[in-house]
Amino acid sequence: MKMTQGQFSFLPDLSDDDIRVQAQYAIDKGWAVSVEHTDDPHPRNTYWEMWGHPMFDNPDAAAVVFEVNECRKLYGGQYIRVIAFDASPGWESIRMAMIVNRPAVEPGFRLVRQEGEGRSVRYTIESYAMREPEGARYP
Amino acid sequence: MTDDQPAPPADLPTHVDLAQDFADSGVAEVLADLDRELVGLAPVKARIRETAALLLVDRARRRLGLATETPTLHMSFTGNPGTGKTTVALKMAALLHRLGYVRKGHLVTVTRDDLVGQYIGHTAPKTKEVLKKAMGGVLFIDEAYYLYRAENERDYGQEAIEILLQVMENNRDDLVVILAGYADRMDRFFASNPGFRSRIAHHIEFPDYSDGELLHISEGMLSRQNYTLDDAARAAMAQYIAARRGQPHFANARSIRNALDRARLRQANRLFGEAKGPLDAAALSTLTEPDIRASRVFAGGLDVDRASRQAAAE
Repeated sequence: MKMTQGQFSFLPDLSDDDIRVQAQYAIDKGWAVSVEHTDDPHPRNTYWEMWGHPMFDNPDAAAVVFEVNECRKLYGGQYIRVIAFDASPGWESIRMAMIVNRPAVEPGFRLVRQEGEGRSVRYTIESYAMREPEGARYP
Repeated sequence: MTDDQPAPPADLPTHVDLAQDFADSGVAEVLADLDRELVGLAPVKARIRETAALLLVDRARRRLGLATETPTLHMSFTGNPGTGKTTVALKMAALLHRLGYVRKGHLVTVTRDDLVGQYIGHTAPKTKEVLKKAMGGVLFIDEAYYLYRAENERDYGQEAIEILLQVMENNRDDLVVILAGYADRMDRFFASNPGFRSRIAHHIEFPDYSDGELLHISEGMLSRQNYTLDDAARAAMAQYIAARRGQPHFANARSIRNALDRARLRQANRLFGEAKGPLDAAALSTLTEPDIRASRVFAGGLDVDRASRQAAAE
C-alpha cells in the first residue's frame, strides 16, 4: 500500500529533477529546506530524523538533491521527505513537505479494535511494519 | 554533413544565429565591463573572449543536437598576488550565468580554512557544506595549493581534495570550480594531484602589471574615490611603483591600493596641520608630491625588511 502524506504523494514518485524544481521554489520563497527520514510511517509521526541541518543559506536547489541522494545511500530503504520551513512571523511552520523516497515494499496498516468500558470500542491503525523493532522494519 | 549521418530530430532548429545569440545572452556587456574595469591583462582578456566564444558555440551546438555533454568548465587562475584573479572570477561567474552554464551565478570564495577541518571527521561535512553553498554558482578556491601538504600524509587536506574531485566530476552541471594561486606553487600542486590537472580544462595565467599599467590603475582607484594626483605627485607615484616593485611582498594592484590609502592618510594629516582658512573641494581631493614622497619605500622599504636584507648581505 503506497503511503500518502504531504504533497504529491498520490502522483508517481518524484524524479530528482522534480525535487530540484520544487525545492528551488521553496528556496526562492526564502524558506529553509531540509531532508528528513524515518521508518515509522504512522501519519501522527510528525518528528522524523533530521538528515543534517536545515539548509538556510544555499541559493541553489542542487544542494537539496545532493543531500537527498546522500541520505538515500544510507537510508534508501526508509521514507525520506523534503520539507520547507517558513520562518516568517505568523507562519513559523512547515509550508511544504513531500516524500522523495519510500521503501521497496510498504505493507500498509491494520485496523486495531480495543474493547473499552461498557460496550465501547476504540479504533486505531498500526503499520504492519511497526511489529518489527526499529531498523528492521523494511528489509 | 554527409547523407549517412542521422538527420536531426524534427523538433530541433536547423540553424542558429550566433550574432543574435551573442546579443541576446548579454555576454557582450560582461566583456565590455571586463575591458573597462580592468587595466592591462591582455592575455587574460583574450582567453576569456575565447572561452566565451567556445561556450557560445557549444551552446548553439547543443541546441542543434550536435553535443549533449556539459563541457568541463573548471578553471585554474595562476598569477602573482594582486593581479586581479578574484575580480576576473567574479566576471567569469557572471559570464557563465549569462550563458546558462550555472543557474545562479554567485561566487563563493574560500581558502583552505573553509574546506579543511581540525579533527577526524570534521573535514567531509565542512567541505560538503561549502560545496552545497556554491552549487548553482562558482566556487573560487584561493591559494588552492595549501590544500595539499606533501610533508604530512595524514593531513586532512587530502580528504577535502578527494571530495572536491568527486563533486567536480559528478556534479559538473551544478558548479564550476576555479582554483587560484601563484604559478609555481600551482604547478607543483597539479604535479602531485594529477586528478586535478585532468579535470581542469582552462588554465589562465595572469601576468604582472607593467609600471605604466599600475600608474593607470592608481589613477583609476583614486578617481573612483574622487581624488586626483597633481603632476608632481604623478611623477612621484611612477617612481614609487618602480621602487616598490624591487622590494619584498610586492602585490601588484593590492600594493598600490595600500600605498594610496596611506597617501590619503598623510594628505588628511597634512591638511589638518597646515590649513589656516577654509579649504575648497580641490584641496580636499588632491594628493600632492609630499604625500607620496613620505613613503618608506623611498627610504628603502620597511625597517624589518631592511634589517633582514642587511643581515643577509653581511
